[in-house]
Parts: sequence; C-alpha cells; structure tokens
Amino acid sequence: MLEVSDLGVRYGAIRAVHDVSLQAGKGELIAILGANGAGKSSTLKCIAGALKASAGTIRLDGQDVTSAKPEQMVRLGVAMVPETRDVFPDLTVSENLTLGSYIHRRNRADVESTRERMLGLFPRLRERARQAAGTLSGGEQQMLVIARALMSRPKLLLLDEPSLGLAPVVVDTIFEMIAELKRSGLTIVLVEQNAAKALSVADRAYVMRLGRIAAKGPAAEIAANTDLGALYLGG
Amino acid sequence: MTFAVQFLIDVLSLGGAYALMALGLVIVYGILRLVNFAYGELIMVAGYTMFLMNGSGAPWLIMALVAVAMAVAAGIATDYVAFRPVRAKSVTAVLITSFAFSTLLQNAALLFISPRPRPVPLPEIFSQTVTILGAVTPLRNLITIAAAVILLALFAWMMRSTVLGIAMRAAATNFTMARMLGVPANLIISSAFAISGFLGGVVGILWIGRIGTVVPGIGLEPLLVAFIATVIGGMRSMQGAVIGGFLLALIDTTLNYTLPQDLLKFRDAFTFSLVILILLWRPDGLIKGPASGQRT
Ligand SMILES: Nc1ncnc2c1ncn2[C@@H]1O[C@H](COP(=O)(O)OP(=O)(O)OP(=O)(O)O)[C@@H](O)[C@H]1O
Ligand SMILES: [Mg+2]
Repeated sequence: MLEVSDLGVRYGAIRAVHDVSLQAGKGELIAILGANGAGKSSTLKCIAGALKASAGTIRLDGQDVTSAKPEQMVRLGVAMVPETRDVFPDLTVSENLTLGSYIHRRNRADVESTRERMLGLFPRLRERARQAAGTLSGGEQQMLVIARALMSRPKLLLLDEPSLGLAPVVVDTIFEMIAELKRSGLTIVLVEQNAAKALSVADRAYVMRLGRIAAKGPAAEIAANTDLGALYLGG
Repeated sequence: MTFAVQFLIDVLSLGGAYALMALGLVIVYGILRLVNFAYGELIMVAGYTMFLMNGSGAPWLIMALVAVAMAVAAGIATDYVAFRPVRAKSVTAVLITSFAFSTLLQNAALLFISPRPRPVPLPEIFSQTVTILGAVTPLRNLITIAAAVILLALFAWMMRSTVLGIAMRAAATNFTMARMLGVPANLIISSAFAISGFLGGVVGILWIGRIGTVVPGIGLEPLLVAFIATVIGGMRSMQGAVIGGFLLALIDTTLNYTLPQDLLKFRDAFTFSLVILILLWRPDGLIKGPASGQRT
C-alpha cells in the first residue's frame, strides 16, 4: 500500500530526514518510534504531502505521489492527524467533522452516515456537537481530530503522537480505538514516543534516530530488544 | 425626531457601504494575511464598465450586473496576476505585485479612457428623495442600507451554512490543516478574491452613485476606508470589519454634523485622531480574530 524509499527532508540547510525507507502493507499497523527531534513528524508530514521531499520517492498502491499536494493525498485516500492536534477552534465540533468529509461533500447521505458512525464511535463528540472545538479538553480534541480524519473514509491513516499530553485513562481509550480501527482493516502509520503502548498494537516498528532508521522489525522483536530501549526509546 | 431619523439614515447608509468595503478587503486578508492593494481598483473597474456601457441602451440593472461581473473577474485576475505567481515566495513580493497591479489598472484607465471624470449611468430612483418621519433623504441612501442588509445576511449565511463557507473560515485559521483535509488551496483563494470582487463591485456602484462620475483614482478612498475599518474592527475578524465600518461611519457622520463649516475640511484629521485613540485602547482592534494562524 505505502512504500517510502530513500526519503530525505530538509528545512533550508538543516537535513531532518535521511534515506528513510519504510513500507506498510494493506491492513498493517506500523509504528515509527524515536526520541524528540528524530525526524518522525517530518517523515509523516512528507507522506501527507504537507512537506516537500528533498530526495527519494513515496508510492501509494504503486502510484508515485512524491510531489502530490496535501489536498490530492486526501483524495487518494490518505488522512493525517498532526501532533499539534489542529482543531479549528472557532468552528463547532460538527463543523470540524463536516470539513473532514470535504471530498465527499456532494454525497450528503454518505457524509451523514459516516458522521453517525463517528459519533457512535466517540459519544463524547455527540454531546458537544454544537460547542466550539477550541473549548474541548485535550482528550476530546484528540478524539475530534481522529474522527475528523476518518470522515474522509481513508484507506491509510497517519497518526502523529495521539497520546501526547493525555491522562493515562484517555491514552488507553485512544489506543483501544486504534486497535479497533486496525481490526476494521484500515492501514495505519503510528508515530509515538510512548513505545510500549505503540508496540502493543503495532505489527512492525521502525526506530528513528537523528533522521535515520536505526532499527526495524516485528513489534515483538523491537519490544524484546533491551539495547534499543535503552539507546533510543528512553527506557 | 426628524433630526434623529436623518442622522440614523446617514450613519446606516454610509456604514453599510463602509462595512461592505471592509468585508471585501478582510475576506482576502483573513486567508492570505496579505492586504490586496489593488482592491480599490475593483471599484474603478465596476465604474468604468458602467461608463463604457452608457448609451448601449441596455436596462440599468443589466449594466449594473455586468459591472459587478467585471469586478468579480478583476478580483480573480488579481489572484492570478499578482498573488499566485509569487504567493509562496515572499510577503514583500506580493505587496509589490499587488501595488503594481493597482497602478497598472489605474494607468490603463488614464491612458485608454481619460484622466478626467467620466459620467456613469444612474437610474431615476438614485436621484429621487423620500420623506420619512419628516426627514428628507435621497432614496439611494435607503437602497444602500437595503443592499448592505441583504449582502451581509447572504454573506453570514454562506459562511455558516455552506461547506465552502466553513472551509473558508477554517482556512483563515489554519490553511495547512484545511488542505490536509482535502480543501484545495487554490479554490479557497480564488473564491475569496471572487467574493471580494463581488462586494467591491456592488459597493462600487452604490459609491459611484453618490457622485455620478468615475475617475482613475476613484479606488483610493474606498481602499483607505476599508483598511481603516478593518484595523479598527480587528484585521482578522469578519464581524470586526463590519463593526469597524459602521463605527467609522458613525465618527464621520457625527463630525459632519457637529464640526463648524471652516473646520469641516479637516474632518479626516479628526477621524484619524479618533482612530488612533481607539487603537491605543485596543491595539488589536475591537474584535479578536481566530486564535492561531500562519501564513501560507
Ligand atoms: N519548521 C522547521 N524548521 C526547521 N527545522 C525543523 C522544522 N521542523 C522540524 N525541524 C527540525 O527537524 C528535526 C526533526 O523534527 P521532527 O519534528 O520531525 O522530529 P520528531 O521526531 O517528530 O520529534 P518529536 O518527537 O519531538 O515530535 C528536528 O531537529 C527539528 O528541529
Ligand atoms: Mg513529532
């Protein structure tokens, strides 16, 4: 489904990502782990089309999408949930969801049935549908951005640190959600610093360090490798 | 009573025109964080379209519709000529290109039409007056109020209830995130310029209706008015632009009524002093815009 080869990303003179290659097969959940500044978000943004690659290629179902714009990627079935948890604060929860289904806007019935599914999945959002998104709690905002991304009915979901800054109970809920989405057949790329959590749901994992892939393998293997834990994952 | 009615009508009609002007400027600013210096020329384009069709025999309403359509076209052209090619490069470049496009349009009018005022066709009702509760007022003031009410309501409905409107509000807070949800950047920007042209065209016809003639420099005052109104109201907020427009009209009209004859020519100096006082009190304008937002 997703095939990234020798990807490079630079910010002016700074090279944030070098020679990153990774794959995700259909229905697979891969995790990208690594310390702060390892280049995880840069890699993800680049896949979403929000950053230009300075080297390498990105393929989606065999099609070269290296220089596609973010709005094109959405139409190709890729949805991105950024780590900055960008709800539109002045729009209501309901309007935020409406935007998530922008590409399906001509098919009202479809949009409404997806919205119903999302509100069923996240009942908290239903209670707060008319509330400005900026007034939601951090956990609710995280649920909103995930639900909003799913409104486009993607085949590939890019999740950047969904557990960041959330209480342990909420983190558990979010990860149950992620596992549920995986069971429904969605392909997921999950960026996390919470390695233990991420490895518990992932099929395979990549560990990034200083902009490069330092290790990769099945989730269980990465989890069992204590050296890796000590070196790159902070214990 | 008569005086109060007169005053109210003057404030509302001038304020309606100012509010529409301000809204046309802020719709583009909100999304691109860039002032379109060629905004006043949209009003000029509407005016000269009316002048060129003078004597064509077409009904006035048709001429007015064509003039608004030309202003919309000029708005979209501004995007393609002045903004799109340099948008991603630098803010300064866009400021210069939009200024250059403004000068180009003005010089084209100077060269191909005339530096002197040219008459625009006006319908009969623009010169009629009516008496309301004893106050004699030109009918075009009431038309301006009606047009402002209708357009502001239409605009508010569009921004709240259509997907395009919601997408434009979203793009004004976080353009990149809107794009990552599939909202095409170019469509949003072109729509903003088209709406800007529409508002500029309608307000241009009403504005020029007060004087009855068009000159190449006609757009300067509306641009200035729109700019000041948005600064008072808060550059980032559409409600702010409307409130700023009405407030500026209130200041202008009050000064018109109260200043002695020999001070009236300094009215703008008084207006600006008041604007400075407002900004000292509220440096970001009266209404805060959407929370975050980066330029794209
Ligand atoms: N807009 C930017 N301009 C310049 N440098 C940047 C920019 N964004 C990121 N970087 C740099 O690129 C490197 C990788 O950043 P990135 O955000 O991809 O890391 P990350 O692995 O997601 O880290 P974190 O876990 O803290 O989110 C860092 O050194 C960072 O300073
Ligand atoms: Mg990151």
